[in-house]
Amino acid sequence: MSNVVAVTEQTFKSTVIDSDKPVIVDFWAEWCGPCKKLSPIIEEIAGEYGDKAVVASVDVDAERTLGAMFQIMSIPSVLIFKNGAKVEEFVGLRPKNEIVEKLEKHL
Amino acid sequence: MSEEQSAVAPKIHDVAIIGSGPAGYTAAVYAARADLNPIMFEGYEYGGSLMTTTDVENFPGFEKGILGPELMENMRAQAERFGTDMHMELVDRVDLTGDIKKLWVGDDEYHARAVILSMGSAPRYLGVKGEQELLGRGVSACATCDGFFFRDQDIAVIGGGDSAMEEATFLTKFARSVTIVHRREEFRASAIMLERAQKNEKIRFVTNKTVEEVIEADGKVSGLKLNDTVTGEDSVLDVTAMFVAIGHDPRSEILAGQVEVDPSNYVLVQEPSTRTNLDGVFAAGDLVDSHYQQAITAAGSGCRAAIDAEHYLASLA
Repeated sequence: MSNVVAVTEQTFKSTVIDSDKPVIVDFWAEWCGPCKKLSPIIEEIAGEYGDKAVVASVDVDAERTLGAMFQIMSIPSVLIFKNGAKVEEFVGLRPKNEIVEKLEKHL
Repeated sequence: MSEEQSAVAPKIHDVAIIGSGPAGYTAAVYAARADLNPIMFEGYEYGGSLMTTTDVENFPGFEKGILGPELMENMRAQAERFGTDMHMELVDRVDLTGDIKKLWVGDDEYHARAVILSMGSAPRYLGVKGEQELLGRGVSACATCDGFFFRDQDIAVIGGGDSAMEEATFLTKFARSVTIVHRREEFRASAIMLERAQKNEKIRFVTNKTVEEVIEADGKVSGLKLNDTVTGEDSVLDVTAMFVAIGHDPRSEILAGQVEVDPSNYVLVQEPSTRTNLDGVFAAGDLVDSHYQQAITAAGSGCRAAIDAEHYLASLA
């Protein structure tokens, strides 16, 4: 059972924007090699930070509007939202400790 | 000196392999089958350069071709099957000068009697204004990764070799037009790849032009400032993405001051062996090869490195 919430255009507002906790969102796609390496890391972070943050993912292939909304031009892209606004963004695979460091800044 | 393992000193492995492309995995398969119990440091993105390509049509044994990532997954599985101890970690420091070679992953220290270096090469960038700032915002070195985001747009590919042709051809799946920008008149690409690109209606060629600057608007790529190498004239190419395919640079940074490299930082080996200037240190793949840079030549050199390492270890006994 995954701790990562798959978000769609319909659920983005309620899951990400209206969340009372910081939300880290992993933008990925099936054909993206580096995304496949990042997913398990995001899953681990979800397991460890589940009570302090919401960990979500967006399949940019299925959710083109969401991808365009956030001007995603390269994946994996990870965006961190707090109080409905984007507070952090980075592109490309990173080691877990780097991602955790970025998340902890906003907890 | 006693070989006794103390509670503090790291275990001394027979052979450590740094790098996870065709060279590294082939070395791992041979080393593992020779009972050398190799430990392998794959980096965060295992698989090497083939992970970002689609069809591999020229690796022998696959008459219908094979997807790059699939080929690499197979190689990885094969290395694992024979007992390679895999670590998806990045070696950031080494001391290969002594009899016992030392490797560090952050604070974790590893020791080995022999080391096979196969870190490969990283995509080269132009080094022009706007390029690094717009990385991921229209500037990319990976067509298969990012082409998707430029559907129906006019984009550019910089380069004149097979990679540039392949990337441009691949990108026509998404883009409205792909302009190949090359600083010379002639292309280094193989006949078949050049012809394929030339026949593609969506691909245009702009030659004798260098990219001077990546122009930004709204935080994204909006064009390229070009300079004609013959006339000296400046012009602007209206594109919303720039894919660089101008070659690679060997990832030999961590070896500085220890392993000898050539002026372009490719590791020097004593051909036809894979021996470097340091005893017990061998190098294979694109880290060494500036000329062929093919998966099959890398795999071949990985095999040689493992056999060289085996002979070296036998000579220590």
